[in-house]
Amino acid sequence: MLKNRVIPCLDVKNGRVVKGINFVDLKDAGDPVEQAKIYSDGGADEICFLDITASNEKRDTIYDVVEKTSKKCFVPLTVGGGIRSVDDINKLLNCGADKVSINTAAVENSKVVIDSSKKFGSQCIVVAIDAKKNGDKWEVFTHGGRNNSGINAIEYAEQMEKNGAGELLVTSMDRDGTQVGYDINLMSKISSKVNIPVIASGGVGTLNHLVDGIKLGKASAVLAASIFHYGKHSIKEAKDYLDSKGIPVRI
Amino acid sequence: MKVTIVDYNSGNISSVINSFNEVAKNKVKIEVTSDLNKIQSSDKIVLPGQGSFKSCVGALKNIEGLKDVLNEFVISNKKPLLGICVGLQMFADIGYEETETKGLGWISGKVSKIDNQNGRYKLPHIGWNQINIVKDSKILRDIENNSHMYFVHSYEFIPEDKSVISATTDYSSNIVCSVEKENIFGTQFHPEKSDKIGLKIINNFISL
Repeated sequence: MLKNRVIPCLDVKNGRVVKGINFVDLKDAGDPVEQAKIYSDGGADEICFLDITASNEKRDTIYDVVEKTSKKCFVPLTVGGGIRSVDDINKLLNCGADKVSINTAAVENSKVVIDSSKKFGSQCIVVAIDAKKNGDKWEVFTHGGRNNSGINAIEYAEQMEKNGAGELLVTSMDRDGTQVGYDINLMSKISSKVNIPVIASGGVGTLNHLVDGIKLGKASAVLAASIFHYGKHSIKEAKDYLDSKGIPVRI
Repeated sequence: MKVTIVDYNSGNISSVINSFNEVAKNKVKIEVTSDLNKIQSSDKIVLPGQGSFKSCVGALKNIEGLKDVLNEFVISNKKPLLGICVGLQMFADIGYEETETKGLGWISGKVSKIDNQNGRYKLPHIGWNQINIVKDSKILRDIENNSHMYFVHSYEFIPEDKSVISATTDYSSNIVCSVEKENIFGTQFHPEKSDKIGLKIINNFISL
């Protein structure tokens, strides 16, 4: 039976983890490689890096991080943030990323998803959808949530599947950082409209939110950042909890 | 001993390289190449493959003489080869992804789209799934039944002769995920992404 995945996400800026695990025995708390290794040793089903480096000069730092991580972690590694072109994707994959997650570029230029999924295969193309509720619909935001594209998120999700995305990483902008739980309506609406896996993101504050994301949101995988940071919950705790609620996970 | 990972523009192979290097340490030489002489002179071959059946077969044919060298290595010289994902699928006679494409024909059978039962199952089949070991296989030595492996694929290999199947996995149907036919080995899952247990499979292959 296929298991639901638990994916910790690390925000990386200028090659350093911005928020992360706060373990006393960590030699270097800001080292993304070391943190990723703790996650994978702890049973993370995948690792996700979100590069939030703002300056172009320091953009290359992520390649070094990916290269080092992929030599130590032998679970799938997804990298997102700042990906503009097929060349960027090629570079990340060559450094050892298994998948890339594309956000703004997928909205601005549909060719990026079409071309990259043809070139590298759908399996490594994740389209990240940042959605915010507006009345009775959700709209797609770009540039790290700063710009409203006005595009209907549900229709966009269907279009991205057609364009060749292998998975959708759906983040509720309304919930992100609130710790009140995923936007279940958004997740289940998108999941029921597409035939590719949906990864739920944005808003996890408790382990029960992970259960909701899968049971009610119909997500194939749950991504979370802050509940795993500062040792609030370990990956193992999360998976044991899901297991106790009857959700199939890899233990 | 020298193990060669065939670099034939079949998509992203860095994870395969990293995992083999991790397992080999300095005991075994891991070479990544499309050089026919080097491939010919190696002891074992790894045939990775990402993307579509059609694109991988196309990429293989684009390197002149590669198909012949592989045939000689596997069929005439009977040296061990491990195919991963589309690398395994290419063992078949024929594949139906994008368009009908001839495979290497090493293990009779076809590669067709996984039946998603009218959308009841998501495709690609992505994530960790358990394997049911159905026969002893050298690459599955010391691997426990029901171990989790990482999968990502939408097409499945259906061999004619079921005796080549060493493991299956349950999704919308029973999917073949490991085969062994004499010196030919293949996994539909990605051992290079299947954590410690996957590295063990790689070690089993290297130690053959």
